[in-house]
Amino acid sequence: MMHDNHTWILATLLTLGLWLWWAYARANQLSLLQTAWHLLRSFTLFDLLKGLTVTGKHMFIRKATIQYPEEETPISPRFRGMLALRRYPNGEERCIGCKLCEAVCPALAITIDTEEREDGSRRTTKYEIDAFKCINCGFCEESCPVDSIVVVPEMHYHMEERGENIFTKEKLLAIGDLYEDRLASDRREDEAYR
Amino acid sequence: MFEGFFALIWIVIKILAIALPLIGVVAYLTLAERKIIGYQQSRIGPNRAGVRGLLQPIADAIKLVFKEMIFPTASNRYLFIIAPLLAFVPALVTWSVIPFSEGLVLADVNAGVLLVLAFSSLGIYGLLLSGWSSNSKYAFLGALRACGQAVSYEIPMGFALVGVLMAADSMNMSEIVRHQAGGIWHWYAVPLLPLFLVYWISGLAETNRAPFDVAEGESEIVAGFHVEYSGMGFALFFLAEYANMALIAILTSLFFLGGWNSPFEGAGWLPSTLAWLQAPCMLWLFIKTGFFLFLYLWIRATYPRYRYDQIMRLGWKVLIPVTLVWLVVEGLAIQWHVQPWFV
Repeated sequence: MMHDNHTWILATLLTLGLWLWWAYARANQLSLLQTAWHLLRSFTLFDLLKGLTVTGKHMFIRKATIQYPEEETPISPRFRGMLALRRYPNGEERCIGCKLCEAVCPALAITIDTEEREDGSRRTTKYEIDAFKCINCGFCEESCPVDSIVVVPEMHYHMEERGENIFTKEKLLAIGDLYEDRLASDRREDEAYR
Repeated sequence: MFEGFFALIWIVIKILAIALPLIGVVAYLTLAERKIIGYQQSRIGPNRAGVRGLLQPIADAIKLVFKEMIFPTASNRYLFIIAPLLAFVPALVTWSVIPFSEGLVLADVNAGVLLVLAFSSLGIYGLLLSGWSSNSKYAFLGALRACGQAVSYEIPMGFALVGVLMAADSMNMSEIVRHQAGGIWHWYAVPLLPLFLVYWISGLAETNRAPFDVAEGESEIVAGFHVEYSGMGFALFFLAEYANMALIAILTSLFFLGGWNSPFEGAGWLPSTLAWLQAPCMLWLFIKTGFFLFLYLWIRATYPRYRYDQIMRLGWKVLIPVTLVWLVVEGLAIQWHVQPWFV
């Protein structure tokens, strides 16, 4: 008696299940086999678990973070950062005031005034670069016949007062003195590719 | 004369013993979230405040406390202030019926499950009111989404719990855990696997967490219902959300993973030196809860956000039918006394 009941209930459930399978396939215009595969994939959460394994694995891979003030990314020897004016080893400034850099500068960031020094050579009385206008293209360095104006691989600098964006001649020469060694090593490193 | 007074003090002490660690867990859950999601995205995460960023939650808390609370001019001031409280208080009250171990429960009420359902629904009023009283279109949209979603997902959640109630034949939380004693195969996650999954998915949606976090979808509605809140108001919403996460995690462990029962219970193959592993212990519950909290963050780091209509489709056309079907199956299994679960 009890067993008959069981059979009936199971048979009803089975029929219902088969009908649902068929209805789902028809509604989604899939074959019965495709439907079975589709339902299996969704209800075992197969794709979701696959996604979780990806992020799970990434927990243990090497981290890409560079902790900035302590660590930095490597900088190319050709990096174009701050501008500087160089000197000859005897302390004489290289710039001869030819104004080629002023002419080539696409951002009109360079202003130069010249006059004759006591020894008869032409020297700058004013050599100013507006760091706000400068686009760090490096054309001035390329145009300079005496290798005086250069870009140094330094990008960490800031201004605190209005007007400090104008780099004066003294400032540029001081920067050049600071970075002379770095420039030399960068040139050596890059020599083979020039 | 003083007996009532002392009983009151004792209850207050018990409340504090639950609420304070809970707030600590919530605070460090925020750090864990940022760290774990960071690691899963090959980043490090916050590591500046304290050793490996361990003081970050404290720094965040101090910042939020000292920030000004801004009230939008056109907001409904009264409701605007009361909304975060309405979200926060139910999230804490629900913890009163959570048993942490055998007999270790603040209020061992017979209808604990019912109380949990009632209070977790009550939290929605906070979201709804915050969205409405802010008088901002983003907040309003966020609140509408949150409500629609919460109301929809309460149904599969409730149905999944009906399955648990049928199996345990009780609404008392401790009783439900006691019914799952006797080894890992007796946990309800085994016979009620579909309901377990449905409960967990609905739990994600109930707490407005990824991938169902359209209520605060950053890319569309900025921050959703709490977009106008700053300072402590925002902090309360934050606390409520994370307390609810912890709640869903611990409820899932209690209902489906045997609560404080040991996974090694009845494992004869264990060497005698490790036999103590078989004893039920509060720690087992915390380990399971911790796993589900981790799963929350893991899921958030993995899945993109559902579209709103997809959320509704999943809730109404997948989860509810699945629970209904499994309730029928479970009913038959109970009727036919399928061993070893339904004696």
